[in-house]
Amino acid sequence: MNLSAHDLSIGYSERLVGQHLDVALTTGEALALLGPNGGGKTTLLKTLLGLIAPRAGEVRLGERALASYSSRERARLIAYVPQSHVATFAFTVETIVLMGRAAHGGLFSQPSAADRAVAVRVLDRFGIGHLRERPYTMISGGERQLVLLARALAQEPQFIVLDEPTASLDFGNQGKVMREIRALAMAGHGVLFTTHDPNHALRAADRVFLLRDGARIAEGRTETVLVREQLEALYGAPVETIMDGGGGRKAFLPGWGE
Amino acid sequence: MAIASGVLIVALLLAFAVGQYPVSLGDMLSVLAAKLTGQTPDVPAAAENVIWQVRGPRVVAAVLVGAALAVAGTAFQGLFRNPLVSPDILGASSGAALGAVLGIYFSLGVLAIQAFAFIGGLVAVAAVYAIGSAVRARDPILVLVLTGVVIGALLGAGVGLVKYLADPYNQLPAMTFWLLGSLSATGVADLVPLFGPVALGTLVLLALRWRMNVMSLPEEEARALGVPTGPLRIAIVAAATLVTSASVATAGVIGWIGLIVPHIARTLVGPDFARLIPAAALLGGGFLLGVDTLARSVAAIEIPLGILTAVVGTPFFIWLLTSVSKTWS
Repeated sequence: MNLSAHDLSIGYSERLVGQHLDVALTTGEALALLGPNGGGKTTLLKTLLGLIAPRAGEVRLGERALASYSSRERARLIAYVPQSHVATFAFTVETIVLMGRAAHGGLFSQPSAADRAVAVRVLDRFGIGHLRERPYTMISGGERQLVLLARALAQEPQFIVLDEPTASLDFGNQGKVMREIRALAMAGHGVLFTTHDPNHALRAADRVFLLRDGARIAEGRTETVLVREQLEALYGAPVETIMDGGGGRKAFLPGWGE
Repeated sequence: MAIASGVLIVALLLAFAVGQYPVSLGDMLSVLAAKLTGQTPDVPAAAENVIWQVRGPRVVAAVLVGAALAVAGTAFQGLFRNPLVSPDILGASSGAALGAVLGIYFSLGVLAIQAFAFIGGLVAVAAVYAIGSAVRARDPILVLVLTGVVIGALLGAGVGLVKYLADPYNQLPAMTFWLLGSLSATGVADLVPLFGPVALGTLVLLALRWRMNVMSLPEEEARALGVPTGPLRIAIVAAATLVTSASVATAGVIGWIGLIVPHIARTLVGPDFARLIPAAALLGGGFLLGVDTLARSVAAIEIPLGILTAVVGTPFFIWLLTSVSKTWS
């Protein structure tokens, strides 16, 4: 299945954020969206999620326009993982994950035994089954991100869209989330995530999309697109490449230049 | 939930036992049993009269109004994702207040005044909602709340104007009394216009209880989870406004209950609306009944309910903030 857009203009009623954007995401691959702050990453994400309407052009999901799906149909195909946040009310972790089942039940329905089984399964899948009864407000930031991932998976979607899934996570949890993103793509989901760290894209993404000032700078296979010159153009700042002697693997360091 | 039910039962027993004509538990049970079996009860006729005509309707009204305000407060706090929201956030109380003082100003009958108050509450919230939705903004919730605040202030000015113009000897005391809230004049006839809207609105909110959990998430998150937030928000606001307007029309403006009872309920049963709404209804009913019992028994004259709820509510709320704030923040 495909989530794609051709010649897309994005923005809000009072402000055009980006134009002439071509994006495509297929199930089974991970796409990283990189770019400086204010460049339109979140706006593009929300447009592809169907949360805001495109200013021009059309987002297509499968054979149809995304706008033609009901919110319920859409939520069974695309899940959204927002930046981990502190909720207003102290729902238990299980209740938060069960909310991922909202699109699978009727308007007046309560979570069924099958829904609860799905919640238990996805919590175990991320190794956080023991948090089930804990208030969502009382767990760590890394655990909250995993809970939101579990909720997305509880929607049983084809596509999972994550907004800066590693923001405000410690180093170990960043690695954990990257590994889960990789695993989700391997399991056949189409994964789209934004990140501020090109190394996260190197770690987890098959393809990258570089967005600056609402325009596409480059797009393609991670290993070919993610090179020093592209990153320096993207962020307008010097970048240093670190190469691993034998394996040919690389990483980037911000600042100084070569 | 057991505690919430217990509070209501204790309040019920106290309400019948306390007053100028105390009714014992035994008398009450035999009157009830007699009514059910169709026999003549073995108690003084005065006791029977107090139970069915005087205290009974007042007790039922207090429970209904308290439950209604608590359920509406619970719904609005969830919808606006803010634990400091009360049922009058969208102008229901100020609209009802303006309707009622206008009714008194035009020397209308009691039922007409109640109808004015009820319609005033509905119209005020409908106006707030229409204006709030007409403003295109990224945060519709915030726009709605701000519109509610300014329209509420305008309606408050309207109430002030009517009070200023009113006859200071006949009308003004009636207005003041009404604006402070009271159940002293409640009779059997008041229960039908109160019960209908309260039951309807509460049933709608109960039916939507699981969706209300999702609605308490940020707007875009709820939409991404497949919940049609726009229509649901209208349904929740309409149901909560219905119960608020009906209770304000019967009992006048009674603050605090819709603000503090949801908090107490949340500390008892957690934030899941499936349990929170019934718990808030039980606690709210018990709480207002307790306050009303105080209002008619502590002094020679009746103390207005709005004053008592504020006196009881303020220290309670401060205690709540300092001791258990972790459970909802």
